[in-house]
Amino acid sequence: MENITITRESDARGSFCPGPLMELIRIVRDAKVGDVLAVISSDDGSKKDIPLWLTKAKHELLGTEPVEGATRFICRKAH
Amino acid sequence: MPRILILGGGTGGTLLANLLARSIGSQATIAVVSSNVQHYYQPGWLYVPFGQQDPRSLSRPERELLNEKVELFHGEIRELDAAAETVTLADGTRLDYDLLVVATGSQVAPEDVPGLAGGAHHFYTHEGASRLYGALQEFDGGKIVVGVGGLPYKCPVAPLEFTFLLEDFLTKRGLREKTEITYTFPIGRCFTIESVAEVAQRFLDERGIKVETFFNLEAIKPIERLAVSMEGTELPYDLCVMIPPHRGAKFLQGHALADARGWVKTDRTTLRVPGYEHIWAMGDTTDLPISKAGSTAHFQAPVIAEQIAAFVEHREPDATKATYEGHVMCFLEVGRSKATILDFDYSGPPQPKAPNALMHYLKMAFNKAYFHIVPSGWV
Repeated sequence: MENITITRESDARGSFCPGPLMELIRIVRDAKVGDVLAVISSDDGSKKDIPLWLTKAKHELLGTEPVEGATRFICRKAH
Repeated sequence: MPRILILGGGTGGTLLANLLARSIGSQATIAVVSSNVQHYYQPGWLYVPFGQQDPRSLSRPERELLNEKVELFHGEIRELDAAAETVTLADGTRLDYDLLVVATGSQVAPEDVPGLAGGAHHFYTHEGASRLYGALQEFDGGKIVVGVGGLPYKCPVAPLEFTFLLEDFLTKRGLREKTEITYTFPIGRCFTIESVAEVAQRFLDERGIKVETFFNLEAIKPIERLAVSMEGTELPYDLCVMIPPHRGAKFLQGHALADARGWVKTDRTTLRVPGYEHIWAMGDTTDLPISKAGSTAHFQAPVIAEQIAAFVEHREPDATKATYEGHVMCFLEVGRSKATILDFDYSGPPQPKAPNALMHYLKMAFNKAYFHIVPSGWV
């Protein structure tokens, strides 16, 4: 993950489902194809919701990493 | 005397003004600004498309609902200058205040999605609900797509309720066999709150209603009759009922008090706008991650009333009355004359009981009683 440059990140810590997913959807909508985007979520439901949505929407989940008790989800806008 | 100004004449603004008029009406001036001459009972629009509710019976003049001590101004708000503590209306009227409550609600923004305004119906305005009534009268079978075009939106269970009532309506007209109904929702289940989604999904399955989750509306293509999502799903339709994305009031969109869509930053327990000691927000207006519903405003009004009364009376507020615990209560109609009640707060999600006829008739009774019991503060 060290070599990835994140184009835009949104910190959705403290907001609950579906807040972090909707925040990711919002920034994906506004991004350009190929942009690397990240959302940080402290809601456990995101661990299921966000990968499922990325699969359905055919964007690429590049990885996840822990951030002070929360999780950073990193993805690439594929189309 | 302190000047209290309430922006918005919906459920929250009207109830708060009446509570304040009763408690401190002789110690302060209280004014309401409303963009509408009429006060609409918006949850009643759900029944209009099915001919179960005359839309003309869902409004009353706002003046008739307000205590006589409350001054009422009609007009659109042009500007809120929080530093100067003034509000300017579109006609140039300038209103100064000492304490301000923003209760301007939410509005549908079909223009946010290409094709939505011309290609789909909704029942979230008087006109929209009446137009949908006409479309359903003419419908004689085919594909119906019902969905939510963006989060957040008000009356969160209403699209599900509409879907169940639609299924009843089509069955009664002998059209159910000839109609495919698909319900769409932006996240991975049919409703935001998991416990409610489980109940609703069960009824959707029982009634043979298809569900398309992770459907974030991208466009409506009226010529091809397609509802298109950003996930790449295309749903053909003969009739599309899509709840438009919502926004806060125009003067709040991008305002320092609010975010780009006009939702006012609000403390979850005091309902104060952070950084502004004398400004509160309530109801749909706030950026709180709770239901945008009349009941939310209903339960918030006494909380703000206590804080304002304490300020005017130079006393400390009673903490038990001045704290909002996230209380929301709404009915969920599931069709077949049955409903359940969702009653919850910040401490946990609702645990809906099995829908029954009693709750359905309670909802009907509440709808009829609203103008007599809610704005006045009787309940």
